[in-house]
Amino acid sequence: MLHTLAVLVENNPGVLIRVAGLFTRRGYNIDSLTVCQTEDPELSRMTIVVNGDDQIIEQVRNQLSKLVVVHSVSDLTGESVVDRELALIRVQVSTETRSAVLQTVDIFRGRVVDMGRTNITVELTGDIPKIDAFVHAIQPYGLLELVRTGKVAILRSEA
Amino acid sequence: MSEERTGIKGATILLNALQQEGVDVIFGYPGGVLLPLYDALLDSPIRHVLGRHEQGVVFAADGYSRVTGKVGVCLGTSGPGATNLVTGIANAFLDSIPLVVLTGQVSTGSIGSDSFQEVDIIGITMPITKHSYLVKDPRDLPRIVKEAFYIARTGRPGPVLIDLPKDVLAQENVVPFSNEMKLKGYKVFGQANNGKIEEVAKVLSESRKPVLYAGGGVVTAGAEDVLRLFADKTAVPVVTTLMGIGSLPLEHPNSLGMVGMHGTVTANYAVDDCDLLIAVGVRFDDRVTSGMGHRFATKAKVIHIDIDPVEISKVVKTEIQIVGDARQVLAEILEALPGFANPDVTDWWNQLRDWRKKNTIQYDKDRLTPPMVMECLGEIAGGDTIVTTDVGQHQMWAAQYYPTVNPRNYATSSGLGVMGYGLPAAIGAQIARPKDKVVLITGDGSFQMSIQELGTIAQNKLPVKIILLNNGVLGMVRQMQKMFYNERYSQIELQGNPDFVKVAEAYGIRGISVNSPEQVRGAIEEAFKHPGPVLVDITISEHENVLPMVPPGKDITEMIVR
Repeated sequence: MLHTLAVLVENNPGVLIRVAGLFTRRGYNIDSLTVCQTEDPELSRMTIVVNGDDQIIEQVRNQLSKLVVVHSVSDLTGESVVDRELALIRVQVSTETRSAVLQTVDIFRGRVVDMGRTNITVELTGDIPKIDAFVHAIQPYGLLELVRTGKVAILRSEA
Repeated sequence: MSEERTGIKGATILLNALQQEGVDVIFGYPGGVLLPLYDALLDSPIRHVLGRHEQGVVFAADGYSRVTGKVGVCLGTSGPGATNLVTGIANAFLDSIPLVVLTGQVSTGSIGSDSFQEVDIIGITMPITKHSYLVKDPRDLPRIVKEAFYIARTGRPGPVLIDLPKDVLAQENVVPFSNEMKLKGYKVFGQANNGKIEEVAKVLSESRKPVLYAGGGVVTAGAEDVLRLFADKTAVPVVTTLMGIGSLPLEHPNSLGMVGMHGTVTANYAVDDCDLLIAVGVRFDDRVTSGMGHRFATKAKVIHIDIDPVEISKVVKTEIQIVGDARQVLAEILEALPGFANPDVTDWWNQLRDWRKKNTIQYDKDRLTPPMVMECLGEIAGGDTIVTTDVGQHQMWAAQYYPTVNPRNYATSSGLGVMGYGLPAAIGAQIARPKDKVVLITGDGSFQMSIQELGTIAQNKLPVKIILLNNGVLGMVRQMQKMFYNERYSQIELQGNPDFVKVAEAYGIRGISVNSPEQVRGAIEEAFKHPGPVLVDITISEHENVLPMVPPGKDITEMIVR
């Protein structure tokens, strides 16, 4: 099962390699990893999506917590969270397909951010199933290139 | 005017910070980028012990740490100096030994340019250090040194590396920053969980076949006295790991000896048959479980007490988990015990005694055998002598037969199993505790991996006694080729062996040769009478095997006993 871990780490050179190295060394698989500075410039926030059963996830959490550069680890899986991913997708278009492609982009509330003679680039934000669904829908027209950021997530505020 | 205000050299700031941490000795080996540090060392009260190879200095620092409980400090230059430390760092990491490893590095401006004697030692050692620092500004040294020692010795101890670029050491007129630690991300687990303590006491009281399985965590926590009280009070039998040797002496009535691959028959049967396994400061290593956690102690409820949450349920499914310091948790359990009835273990002890009676391995006392040497050595040297060992058959014979009574008197490479550890570890131990007797138990294979350190022994006049079990082969490999590879012996003969007595004498060390059983006692007695270092070269047969032995992939009850 996929778990989303929110990991607060020191914002220093070498931190990413410590975290990534841990995953390689212990044989855990990273599905996606995003990292950026937080509101506190001394800290970075990593959102790591990792696959594994409960016992493996427990190990991953404990191993991460052990790193001196890791301040906290929380498993957002099963919690009430807002999660988003950004994707940039280049799609082939011709005079025949152009309007259908644009319609699809519209349905998914994407934005066209670049336009060439034979292709357009779409910016799409959403949770992972939405992006997957868009990729699936657009594929028949000719998917030329796809870049995804990986998931970022934050806990919902209490009601 | 104070030093701080006028500013001092980077290397001096480092040495002052080490002194503040109570460092009295550094085991090291100089080199180009360390020149500023070795220069400053001339004006420092810290003693420096010069090894003959960087691997020797890190093992010596490790031995120093094991016999004192203090943080060991070693130093190597950049490039090859640093890479030669790697095996020793891995050894300390696997056995959770607190070390601060100092490495030289090329100047900050040259890092990354493949300059002379440059390696990325932080990158190389990342998986085998608890933490590491590259010092870029000498003003950070007081804080970094303080943090490094704190991280090394607290929680589950381990090696911490500080990489020191030459310009950082050489910079003059430095006014250091404060040494206040900034370790928001570092967590130490020490608080026991009270609800669970009661649960342990209750489960123990209901148990009929309990076993306590003690490991290195008991030694780290200094919990051997509490363990003994616990054993005395509850009559629970105790097995130990290799790392836990001495935490309950072999002659204690509750001791069943070592468990695992070369453990005693009784200890292995007991763990297999018990209904409650209290695992304290252990990690269910594959040398204990035969690599099969799911088939280990299957009839038992397992209670796991360890300071490292990562170890809990890593290998074996456990019913009660307590994250905390072994001494503290055992003490709390002891306090909770009076509220519950003592477990009725009469039948269990009858069973254990019966197993012991039927399965104690007898050896021929008239032949020159390793067990006979170990027992004779134990009688003469005594249980309070510091023992270091190398790795191989002799290590297991020492573990099985040497009557250690204090776990801080025993240093052996357990997790990494690194040959060549014993001699430098004996050096570290003797430097740490100059008044105590130190004996190295080694084999002819291991000994030659660190034989150059005889120079360090000679230079420092260290009265280490070296008991060399010499069978002319790589005995443990031979034993496994005999048992599991149809006696197809491959690359085990050490035909080029030197005359070890002559080698010792060439270093100015007394050498004694032993070839017959009647010479053993006299030679060992003579070695201990002699005030200086002595090497006793004891010829044993290559046909001697370490027994019992659990073959790889077999349950721990399926032992080869003859």
